[in-house]
Amino acid sequence: MGDGGYLDSASSEPLHPAAREAMLAALDQGYADPRRLHAPARNARLILDNAREAMAEALGVRRDEVSFTSSGTEAVHRGLLGLLRPGATVAHSAVEHSAVLHALAWRPDLRVRSLPVDATGRIDPEQVGEHDVLALQDANHEVGTVQPEVGGVVFRDACASMGRLPLREGWAVAAGSAHKWGGPAGVGVLLVRKGTTWRNPFPADDRVDERVSGFENVPAALGAAAALQAVVAERDEVNARQHALVDRIRAAVAGIPDTEVVGDPVERLPHLVTFSFLYVDGEAVVDALNRRGFSVASGSACTASTLEPSHVLAAMGALTHGNVRVSLTRDTTADEVDAFCAALPEVVAGIRQDAGL
Amino acid sequence: MTAPVAELDCRGMPCPRPVIELAKRIAEVEVGEVLAVVADDPAAAYDVPAWCRMRAQEYVGADQAEDGVARYLVRRLS
Repeated sequence: MGDGGYLDSASSEPLHPAAREAMLAALDQGYADPRRLHAPARNARLILDNAREAMAEALGVRRDEVSFTSSGTEAVHRGLLGLLRPGATVAHSAVEHSAVLHALAWRPDLRVRSLPVDATGRIDPEQVGEHDVLALQDANHEVGTVQPEVGGVVFRDACASMGRLPLREGWAVAAGSAHKWGGPAGVGVLLVRKGTTWRNPFPADDRVDERVSGFENVPAALGAAAALQAVVAERDEVNARQHALVDRIRAAVAGIPDTEVVGDPVERLPHLVTFSFLYVDGEAVVDALNRRGFSVASGSACTASTLEPSHVLAAMGALTHGNVRVSLTRDTTADEVDAFCAALPEVVAGIRQDAGL
Repeated sequence: MTAPVAELDCRGMPCPRPVIELAKRIAEVEVGEVLAVVADDPAAAYDVPAWCRMRAQEYVGADQAEDGVARYLVRRLS
């Protein structure tokens, strides 16, 4: 089996054809420094402005609210830290991406509170309590559960969902990651809503956009924007297809004994499903599936150096070992899903047999 | 009545071994009795309760063995 077995789009989606086309053109036309005044520079600047415009249109935001960063992680760090005055009180869901947790840990002056989640991984919006800023993902990167819309000053990490789902309402600052929607790696998007008190938390630079630093990756920004536009245009059709295929996987997995499907079954990312098998080492499942041509991720850490289980699964009270995350690409077919569903019970039974069960 | 009648030494075992041992040995205690799992694997803190939930057994709680290693108590219900 070839690329059809790639079921790890939540780690990185294959490049969208629209991104490839846009980038190839921009690689030749967008090399110059967009801050200079000569003709090649104006070309580069035009491409960068077009990318920003396309991104804003696809997301339904203002052009001047869009900044390009060098990664989703940088967009998270910059976006969240720029909201936090010294000594601020920050609440965050217990299932935020580690980029959020690391950013908060970097600022010892903050008062930080972790909000518990229910068994589906969702916070209770009635139990958020007092805070200056709330950091809340749009949807969870490991289990797919969509978080509620909440009031106050909210930083929304939309890295797992951007393009696939509309932005959750009420963001002051939001972050996205292009390679998760089929754009190139090395491009993040930082959204700062007009009127928000946000201050660049890192050293300033004298570039096109004062919110970020470094020489703009013009071709990649255009590729990211082109992919986002295409994904948004296709998403009604793609999401419905992926939602149905994920339901098929959920049903097949439910037939395997001593198995737990985690995450909200309905209010979730369309392309992603996570489950855990009792008595099974997650990495052993990943290896066995890989030998059969399927590429999946695992949130388990049984043989990893840290041995610390996924903080997401732990916060949900879910089984942390034997974990597998399957995420479909826009091209994943029903036949590929059926082949995966046929292979999985054999793989799990084999590993359990080896364990003497 | 939470004193364990038996204790599984799962020190040094990575996940999912402690839970596998628990599943294999739970039948060695009578229904209503408590089995203890001593494990230093950090995942056991989540996975022993999850096992109890999935296998319809009772998770009683955690304490420490004499050497300070975490000990998880499970009551056999069926």
